Amino acid sequence: MNIGYLLLVPLIPLLVFLLLGVFNKRITPAVSGLIGVAGLAVSTGLSYYAAFQYFFVAAKVEGAYQAFVLKGVWMRFTETLHIDMGLLIDPISVMMLVVVSTISLMVHIYSRGYMKGDAGYTRFFAFLSLFTFSMYGLVLATNLFQIYIFWELVGVSSFLLIGYYYTKHSAVAAAKKAFIVTRFADFGFLIGILIIGFYTGTFDFESLNDPQGPAILHWASTSFMGLSAISWALILMFMGGAGKSALFPLHIWLPDAMEGPTPVSALIHAATMVVAGVYLVARLFPLYFFVDEGFVLQIVAYVGAFSSLFAAIIAITQTDIKRILAFSTMSQIGFMMMALGVSGFAGHEGIGYMASMFHLFTHAMFKALLFLGAGSVIHAVHSNNLLQMGGLRNYMPITNITFLIAALAIAGVPPLAGFWSKDEILVAAFAASPLIYGIGVVVAGLTAFYMFRLYFGIFWGKETRYAHAPHESPLSMTGPLLVLAVLSAVVGFIPFSQFVAADRIGFVAQLHWELAGVAVAVGLLGIGLAWRFYKTENALAGRFAQGFGPLYTWASHKFYLDELYLFVTRQLIFKRISAPIAYIDKKWVDGSMEGIGNKTVLIASKIKGLQSGRLQDYAFAFIGGVVLLALVFVYLWTL
Amino acid sequence: MDLSTLLLMRHEGILLLITLLLLGADLFMPAGKRSSLVHLALLLFGLHTALGFLPMEESSLFGGMFRSTPLIYFFKNALNIGVFILLLQSADWVKEKILQQQRGAEFFLLLFFSLLGMYFMISAGDFLMFYIGLELSTLPLAALAAYEIGKRQSSEAGIKLVLSAGLASGVSLFGISMLYATTGSIYFEAIIGVLSSSPLAILGMLLFFAGLAFKISLVPFHFWTADVYEGSPIPVASFLSVISKGAAVFILMILLFTVLKPLMPVWENLVYGLALLTMFVGNLFALRQQNMKRFLAFSSVAQAGFILLGLITGSQLGTATVVYFVLIYIFSNLAAFGVVQAISLQTGKENMDDYEGLYRTNPLLSLVMLLALFSLAGIPPVAGFFGKFFLFTAAASEGYYLLVFLAVVNATISLYYYLLVVRAMFVRKGEHPVPYFRNAGYMRLGLAITVIGILVLGLYSPLYDYIFELSAALK
Repeated sequence: MNIGYLLLVPLIPLLVFLLLGVFNKRITPAVSGLIGVAGLAVSTGLSYYAAFQYFFVAAKVEGAYQAFVLKGVWMRFTETLHIDMGLLIDPISVMMLVVVSTISLMVHIYSRGYMKGDAGYTRFFAFLSLFTFSMYGLVLATNLFQIYIFWELVGVSSFLLIGYYYTKHSAVAAAKKAFIVTRFADFGFLIGILIIGFYTGTFDFESLNDPQGPAILHWASTSFMGLSAISWALILMFMGGAGKSALFPLHIWLPDAMEGPTPVSALIHAATMVVAGVYLVARLFPLYFFVDEGFVLQIVAYVGAFSSLFAAIIAITQTDIKRILAFSTMSQIGFMMMALGVSGFAGHEGIGYMASMFHLFTHAMFKALLFLGAGSVIHAVHSNNLLQMGGLRNYMPITNITFLIAALAIAGVPPLAGFWSKDEILVAAFAASPLIYGIGVVVAGLTAFYMFRLYFGIFWGKETRYAHAPHESPLSMTGPLLVLAVLSAVVGFIPFSQFVAADRIGFVAQLHWELAGVAVAVGLLGIGLAWRFYKTENALAGRFAQGFGPLYTWASHKFYLDELYLFVTRQLIFKRISAPIAYIDKKWVDGSMEGIGNKTVLIASKIKGLQSGRLQDYAFAFIGGVVLLALVFVYLWTL
Repeated sequence: MDLSTLLLMRHEGILLLITLLLLGADLFMPAGKRSSLVHLALLLFGLHTALGFLPMEESSLFGGMFRSTPLIYFFKNALNIGVFILLLQSADWVKEKILQQQRGAEFFLLLFFSLLGMYFMISAGDFLMFYIGLELSTLPLAALAAYEIGKRQSSEAGIKLVLSAGLASGVSLFGISMLYATTGSIYFEAIIGVLSSSPLAILGMLLFFAGLAFKISLVPFHFWTADVYEGSPIPVASFLSVISKGAAVFILMILLFTVLKPLMPVWENLVYGLALLTMFVGNLFALRQQNMKRFLAFSSVAQAGFILLGLITGSQLGTATVVYFVLIYIFSNLAAFGVVQAISLQTGKENMDDYEGLYRTNPLLSLVMLLALFSLAGIPPVAGFFGKFFLFTAAASEGYYLLVFLAVVNATISLYYYLLVVRAMFVRKGEHPVPYFRNAGYMRLGLAITVIGILVLGLYSPLYDYIFELSAALK
C-alpha cells in the first residue's frame, strides 16, 4: 500500500495554521473559517480513503494486518539509535486518523457558528489547525521521540486554546495549570523514553513491539529495584500518559480546562488529546504485555479503574455542565485504561485491547456530541450553571434530541454505540478480576445516573424563566450535532474486533447476554433514579444527598485534591524549598555575578586612557610588546 | 614552463585582468557616465567570484614560490564572496562619491589590488612571495583609508595605517631575515626540514609573528585598529576587519602549522597568552564604545582572540574550525557593517544612541543587525554559535580547559555589549529615531546574502565536513 499521500493529512492543517497565523489580520473571519473547514475536509477525505484502502484493499499476511512505514532519519546517534520522522500506518493509527478527522471536522464546522462575532475568530481557527496538525503527527508517529515531540505540540496547542480568552483571569490560570500538570507528567514520559533508548537501543515502535525483537526478548537482562529497567520506563511513560489522559492523581487540570471555548473542549478534552495516553499504552501494548509478565499493565488497570470510579462519583455532585462532562470524560478514559490493563494478547484474549480501542472510538463520537450539545445550550442561555437551566426541550428541539441520543449512548442503552463497546470492556474485566468487574458495573450505573441528571436538569426539570428567550442554534451548529448523533447511534455495529486487535489478526466478538443484561439493567436503574429525582422539580434529590452527609460535600469539592496540591506546592515546595534557594540565588549567586560585572565595567573605564590616539604611543606599545615577548620566550622561558 | 601553467593562477590572473579592464574603462569613460563603473565593477567581480568555483588542480609554480591547494582555493573563494558582498553594500556609497566629487574607479582598483596581494600572500611558497603579497595587500588599504578627501579623520586614518603597517612589516621582515639566517633558505619546504628551536630562530619567529599579529589586531599590536576604523570610510573598515583579517589569519595558521611547526612548544604559549590578552582587552574596550565603528573595531579585536583558540591546537581539527569560523565571521561582520553603512549613508549617523528606536522605524534593518550581533556573540541557532562552539571544542580536545573556560567568560562579556546595541534598537524608544528609509537594491541584496549565510551556514553540516576534509591536506 502506497502511503505517501498521507503526508498531506498533517501537512494541510499545518499550512492552514501558517496561513491563518501569518495573515491573521488580513483575512476576514468568514474566509478564515472557510479555509479551516476546507483544509480539514481534504485531510478527512484522505483519512477515510486511507482507512478504506487499509482495511479492505491492502492484503493481509497470514491473516494479520500489516504495518506500513514511511520514514526518514532526522537525527542519528548510533547505527541503531536514531530519531526518525515519518508515518506509521497500522490498525490503531488508521482508526485514530478517522476519529481525529471526524471530530475535528465537526468541531471546525460547529465553530463557525459558535465563535461567530468573536474578536479572535481567525486566531481561533489557526490554533485549531495547529492542534489538528499536532494530533495527526502524534497519531502517525513511528517512534517514541516523534510521538513525544507531537505530544508536546498537542500540549502547547491545548494551552493556547484553553487560554483562548486571555483577558479572563480564570482561563489563563486554567491554561497554565493544564500545561504545568501535563508537563510534569511528561517529565516522566521523557525519562521513560531515554531509558528505553538506553537499554534497547531504539525508539522505533515496530522494533520495540516486535515479540521476537530484542526489547521484548531480553527485558529480563536489565534489572533495577525488583523490576526490569524497561518496566520502570513503561511506568514512567504511563505517567506521561496519565497526565495527558487525566487519570488520578494527575487529572486536576481537566475540569479547569473547561474554561476554553466549548468546541475546544469537545475536540481536545473529550475526543482526541485526552485519549493520547490510552493511545500511547495501546501503541506500546506488546511491550507492556510481555515485559515483566505484564506487571505494569496491572498498574494501568487499577489506576484506570480507580480514576473511573473516582471521577464518576465527583461528576454526580457538580453543577457546571461542562465540568460534569469533564469528569465523565475522565471516568470513561479510566474505563479504557482499565480495559487495556486487563487485556491479553492473542486472539480472543486480546478483547480488552480491542474493547479499549472500540470504546475510544465510540466515546469520541458521543462525548463530542455531548460537549457540542452543551455548547449549543450555553450559546442559548449564556451560562454553564445547571441550576440556572431547565425546560429547554421546548426551545431547542434538535439539541434536545441529539443530547438525549448521546446520553443514552454513554449510559450503555442498546443498540446505541456505547452499549457495544462498554459491553466488551465488561466482558474483558469479568474475565480478569471480580474487583475490577465490580468497579466497572458500579461506574456504568453511576454514569447513567449523572448523565441523566444532567440531561433532565437541562431539558426538563423546573421551568426556568430566561432573560432572553433561548432559541435553537443555527444550522452550522445543529448540523454537526445531527451528524454526530447518527454516528453515536450506528458506530456500535462496526465489527470492530475484526479490524483492531492486539495481534492485528482479529477475532469474532460475541455478545455475552448475561453480562450485557447486567450492564443494561444497572444503566436503566441509574436512568430511572435520575428520572425520579430530576425529571420534575422535587426535593427528593436534596434529601438523598443529605443522607450521604460529608461524603457528598467531599465529592462536590472534588475530594479536596486541588486544595491538597495547592498546599503541597504553595506551603511546602514554594515556602520551604524554593524560597531559601531563591534567596541563595539572589544574594550569593547573583550578587557575586553582579560584582564581577561591575568590576568589569570599572576596569573598562580605567584602561580607556591607554588608547590615546597618538601614533607614537602605539608604536611604543608595538615595539614594547615585541621586546617583552622576546624577553619572555627567548630568555626566561628557555632557562 | 609553458603558458598553460599560468592557468593554475586563475584567481590571480582573472582578478588582475578585471582590474586592468576597470582601469581602462575608467580612463575612457566619459565623465557623465562614470557612475556606471559601479555596475561594471560588480558585474566583473561577480563573474570572477563565480569562475573561482570551477574545479582546479593542486599546483606549485615558479619553483615552489607559489602554491595552491584545495583549501587555499576554498579560502580564496570565501574571500571573493566576502568582497562581493562588500561591493554590493558599498555600491551606492561609491556611486555617490563618483557623482559628487568626479572621482573615478580607484576605489575598486585599490580594493582589488589589495585582494590580489592577499591571494599571493596566502598562496606563497616562500617568504619573499609572502612579503610581497603582504605589502601589496596593505599599501592600497592606506590609500583607501584616506579615501574621503577633505575629511581630517580619514587622512589621519590613512597616515596612521601606513605608518603602523610600515613598522609592522619592517619588524616582520627583520624576523624573516633571522629565520633565513638560521636556516639558510626562504623556501617554506626547505625551512621545515632544518628549523630548530634556537634562540635566533625563536626571536625571528616572534618578530615575524608580530607583523601578522598587527594585521589580525592582536593585543598589543592592535592600537591602530580603532582609530583607523573610525576614520576610514565604512567599506574600508569593513574590508580591514573582515577580508584583510581573514586572509592574515589564514596565512598565519598555515605558517604556524607547517613551516614553524618545530617551534610549536614556543608558539603554543605565545598564542595562549595573546589569546587571553586579546580577548580580555578587546572586550573591555568594546564595553564602553559609543561610535559604532569603534565598537565593531574592538569587537573584531576580541573575535581575533577567539580565533587563536583554534590556532593553538596545531591540528586538522584546528584548521577546519578556524577556516569555518572565519567564513562565518565574514558573513556576520559584513552584516553588521552593512547595517552601519546603510544607516550612515542615509543619515550620516554612526553612534549607538542614534540606533535607539530603530526597530520601530526600520524593523527589517534592525532584525538584520540583531542576527549579525547574535552571530558575533555566538547565540544559537545562528551560525556564530557553531563557529565558536567548534573553536572551543578544538581547544578543549587538546586539553586547554582553562583557556576555554576563560574564553567562555569572554563570550559572556561580549554578549553584554552586543546586547547593548540590541537594547538600543529594540527596547529604547529614542527621541529622534532614524526615520524609515528603503535601501537601494544592491544594499538589500548584500544584506540578504549575509542573512542567508548567518542562518544557513551553521545548520548546513556538510559544509563543515567539507572544510574538515580539505584541511587534511595541510601538513
